[in-house]
Amino acid sequence: MANFFSKILNNLFQSDRVADEEFYEELEEAMIQSDVSYPSCMRIIDAVKREADRKGVNLTKDVQKILKDYLLDTMSVDEDYYNFEKEKSIISVIGVNGVGKTTSIGKLAYHLKKKGKKVILAAADTFRAGAIEQLVEWGNRVGVDCIHQKEGSDPAAVVFDALQSFKAKNADVLIIDTAGRLHNKKNLMEELGKINRIIDREFAEGYRETLVVLDATTGQNAMSQAKMFKDCSQVTGVVLSKMDSTAKGGMAISIQAELGLPVKYVGEGEKIEDLKRFDAKKYVEDIFAF
Amino acid sequence: MAFESLSERLSTIFQGLSGKGKLSEDDVNLALKEVRMALLEADVNFKLVKDFVAKVKEKAIGEEVFSSLSPAQTVIKIVKDELTAMMGEENTELKLRPQSEITVLMMVGLQGAGKTTTAAKLAGKFQKMHRKPLLVACDIYRPAAIEQLRVNAEKLSIPFFSLGNQVKPEEIAKRAYEEAKEKGYNLLILDTAGRLQIDDALMQELKRMKAAVPVDWTILTVDAMTGQEAVNVSQSFSEDIGVDGVILTKCDGDTRGGAALSIKAMTGQPILFLGMGEKLADLEPFYPDRMAGRILGMGDVLSLIEKAQSEIDEEKAKESVRKLSKGQFNYDDFLEQMNQLQKLGGIAGILKMLPGMNKAMQGIDLEDSEKKMKQVKCIIQSMTFKERANPKLMNPSRKKRIASGAGVDISEVNRLVKQFEEMQKMMKQFGGGRGKHGGNPFGGGFPGMGFPGMGGKGKGFPF
Repeated sequence: MANFFSKILNNLFQSDRVADEEFYEELEEAMIQSDVSYPSCMRIIDAVKREADRKGVNLTKDVQKILKDYLLDTMSVDEDYYNFEKEKSIISVIGVNGVGKTTSIGKLAYHLKKKGKKVILAAADTFRAGAIEQLVEWGNRVGVDCIHQKEGSDPAAVVFDALQSFKAKNADVLIIDTAGRLHNKKNLMEELGKINRIIDREFAEGYRETLVVLDATTGQNAMSQAKMFKDCSQVTGVVLSKMDSTAKGGMAISIQAELGLPVKYVGEGEKIEDLKRFDAKKYVEDIFAF
Repeated sequence: MAFESLSERLSTIFQGLSGKGKLSEDDVNLALKEVRMALLEADVNFKLVKDFVAKVKEKAIGEEVFSSLSPAQTVIKIVKDELTAMMGEENTELKLRPQSEITVLMMVGLQGAGKTTTAAKLAGKFQKMHRKPLLVACDIYRPAAIEQLRVNAEKLSIPFFSLGNQVKPEEIAKRAYEEAKEKGYNLLILDTAGRLQIDDALMQELKRMKAAVPVDWTILTVDAMTGQEAVNVSQSFSEDIGVDGVILTKCDGDTRGGAALSIKAMTGQPILFLGMGEKLADLEPFYPDRMAGRILGMGDVLSLIEKAQSEIDEEKAKESVRKLSKGQFNYDDFLEQMNQLQKLGGIAGILKMLPGMNKAMQGIDLEDSEKKMKQVKCIIQSMTFKERANPKLMNPSRKKRIASGAGVDISEVNRLVKQFEEMQKMMKQFGGGRGKHGGNPFGGGFPGMGFPGMGGKGKGFPF
């Protein structure tokens, strides 16, 4: 995960080196190689420089401390961000094709079931071939109901059915799988709006959570994905998938810093238990692990 | 579409340069700094960007930019040349064995890169070229992966082979190869499970598959949105199992496609195709030089013409030209033209390939145009065959029926009819001279570009 980043950073901070322009340039390189966006990279470096000036320090190890605190401050997630885990909630899971939405949903269902919640899945991705079967299979593995219709049916109708079942069975959490949509396609985004309206009408009192799944291997485009989804829906958090890859997931820093969208969960593999709450402290510690 | 925003960024930078008569070294440095930023934000590999900027700088100074007559043009030319060099010149064709032999393609890549969809797209493409493909489901891990391939195969009426998810992939490949021999399929496409390049066990599995059947092309599918990781991924796959070509998927998102540049330049692996959409027909050949042109906002007319040639039925095109010149253009012809336009990727798809259009198109709501075009199609489809063939039949009661059939207000129908009549008039005026272009898919497919309203506002069609 963040290993590569840490290797570079460790070299950077090794000696009692003075933090000169060259050092900051290397720092910038390291961050960009981890897919932190260029603008936020500049902003972070500026902030760190200013803080270093204010404190009157110029050794790389002192600058490291400042950077660490800064990142920790940026990335930390409050406990009340996870309120939906306690309430009666409707969780919509959105994201572009192939980021691991369905897999993340399966794992999230398991995570919540383990907490004693009664979970129902809604297969509202009626577009991609095999998507419904994939979610049903996850439902079987986790041992929760999955409400579904035929491929090509109306996603809003699936959501409607799922809400009826949710109420009838007095379940705690409904997780809705949506079609992986390329976020620059207007009509597909409108589908999201329709699903939201159904929920408003049928179960307005439910706690609403909308999670965007982002693939850790995605580069700068992750930012525009997050932005677009944020414009179209009340996004409340990010699931960072595929963090077991060698990608550094640095765009999570940009997304938190620029859009204020917190990473809530991290997916680290294909097994059912491979989804964890995002741990900012660990994330930053990993980056600086010696 | 990939590369667009990169192209926009670069042309803004170049415009800034062009505005200046003389350039100082600072001007060049500033421009290059912005070029660097634009490339980084497009996910071009960091090291590559560094080299690129250094090279351009060196050349820019070497070519005595500052004393030349048009310094800005010189700098732009250097950037263009370097970019083209970085992309490589030639297109690598996915060559198959002769029809009498079996060609084996193996799709590999990370999870979610689009292997299954691309496998089906490839099968469809080659089936059109009279190959006999067999799609083989070797992803035994992901739930419903087999189902996904089966459904896609069915949509394209392509034979499909699976042994369920209990048989080892290498065994499936072997048995599929035997099946192909027996039943006369000559293109075996193996869809494998997505895997991380660091997952040793799964990488070994790919090696065993390669040992089990004679794989001709190992094709790495890479998501065009991949970040700095793209080079690592393609390098590892290449070193571990050998990669013969890359297909870049999801190029129709708003990604800037730096991954394409990076893979090509850093690993030398040829990019065979670009995956463009969710529909199974969308797979475009990759021409590095043309792509460089597209990035620099110079358009890609060549690809557009080729697309037109492969998608447009020449006989139909000639027929409509003939009718046009005689003033017999009717609603059927109009519908046909709209269908052809859509085959070429719709108005948006076409405009984007034209030089300079990228920038010009900013702020135009193309989605809206496509929607209106659909509405027009809807109205025409609500007409009877007689009405379509003979536009003169139209009267208020028919219009009323058509409007309710198409679910639109009658004013929409009125507008269409009026515009159609105007178009007919115009076509009659121009029609005579068009015949000689018959062989050219443009002249033929789009008499008078077919849609007088495309550029102008208010007049002609609403799209």
